[in-house]
Amino acid sequence: MTATWVDACDVNDVDPEDVRRFDHGGRTYAVYRTAEGEVFATDGLCTHEKTHLAGGLVMDGIIECPKHNGRFDFRTGKAMGAPACIDLKTYPAKVENGRILVSLD
Amino acid sequence: MSTRRDYSLVGLDGERAQRNGLAGAQWYACQVPRKTLKELMQRTDGPAIRDTLLWFGLLGLSGTLGCLTWGTWLAVPCFLVYGVLYGSASDSRWHECGHGTAFKTHWMNQAVYQIACFMILREPTVWRWSHARHHTDTLVVGRDPEINVQRPPSVFKLLVNFFALKSGAETIGKLFVHAVGRVTAEEVTFIPETEGWKIAIVARVYLAIFTGVIAWCIWAGSILPAMLIGLPTFYGAFLAVFFSLTQHAGLAEDVLDHRLNSRTVYMNPMFRFVYWNMNYHVEHHMFPLVPYHALPKLHEAIKADCPPPYRGCLEAYREVLPALARQIRDPNHFIRRPTPTATPT
Repeated sequence: MTATWVDACDVNDVDPEDVRRFDHGGRTYAVYRTAEGEVFATDGLCTHEKTHLAGGLVMDGIIECPKHNGRFDFRTGKAMGAPACIDLKTYPAKVENGRILVSLD
Repeated sequence: MSTRRDYSLVGLDGERAQRNGLAGAQWYACQVPRKTLKELMQRTDGPAIRDTLLWFGLLGLSGTLGCLTWGTWLAVPCFLVYGVLYGSASDSRWHECGHGTAFKTHWMNQAVYQIACFMILREPTVWRWSHARHHTDTLVVGRDPEINVQRPPSVFKLLVNFFALKSGAETIGKLFVHAVGRVTAEEVTFIPETEGWKIAIVARVYLAIFTGVIAWCIWAGSILPAMLIGLPTFYGAFLAVFFSLTQHAGLAEDVLDHRLNSRTVYMNPMFRFVYWNMNYHVEHHMFPLVPYHALPKLHEAIKADCPPPYRGCLEAYREVLPALARQIRDPNHFIRRPTPTATPT
């Protein structure tokens, strides 16, 4: 089956080592850009208490939730310890023609 | 008419808070440009390594001097300093390292967190989750496990807790419960079941250490070992309690705006070293990802949208003490803080 790619935002809308919220189809997601320019996407809400991760801190492949400092590896979705205990769902992401595209299939 | 509220986490007020949308709600946050906030949130190891080396160095020095002068009056000031560093400075260290913001390096936060938790006698797993709830539902009655002054205030409990006699006794009692693999009904409401094994292991380790210290005292025929490990949690707690009462005491309950239920109090550099800038408490609650060393800058960034800060502990206590005295007679009384912008409803 061919993946359906959804246009999330301009790549320049996300600073290196930062995160941005992206809403689509009634759900919220987070798109990330690493210092090296790679892009990633996950569900937008922390699995601990549903806080928007887009207000958090991106550091060395980790997103830290702005409310309780729960930490996730946004490249794999892995929860890195309490209070983040449940992994984040991740989605394939890529850059094409200066746009960040996310596959939400 | 005043009504007595139910501060337990398994009572009617907790149920009411959930029904009224106060649990896990959206809180007011001052506007800070993302670029500024990102800069403020940046982690670095330098300040916390410096402060931790100084902290441990002073603990070692004051403890050594206390031992060398033991049996003379000179030991009193030595153990006063040692006790404050042990039983009070550990309050801010467990707090900042629990948030994972003090150091950039994760294991350093974890290591200092475990040590400081032992010093202040707060079980690390229990308090990690309790503090998460405190940030979710700050001063929401029936939801926040860390409301340290409940209405009507008990003068007796407040006074004995200056030497951690209430909190310490409660924790020691819970250590025996946790050591056999149980948790209390209230703890079940904020700690996931999967964390139980960690709680049990730490409780057993704590009890083993205290048993060892008691045995050492009996063997040595002196309380000196306990003056170094265990007792400073109590005799050195007063400064942490003095500071912590400025955080929320007397302020509004059940509001979704930290400007109304928290205080920012200016403190001198020595107090701020002991307290690791937790005196910027409105700022900390609003943006918990900002490390302690960046809180003064965050304060500058948002102070125009906050109530005026208190110019010192005395100014804060001039407000807190009369309010608590009045709450003894009128539990519905609280201090209304002026905010430049209204809380959105």
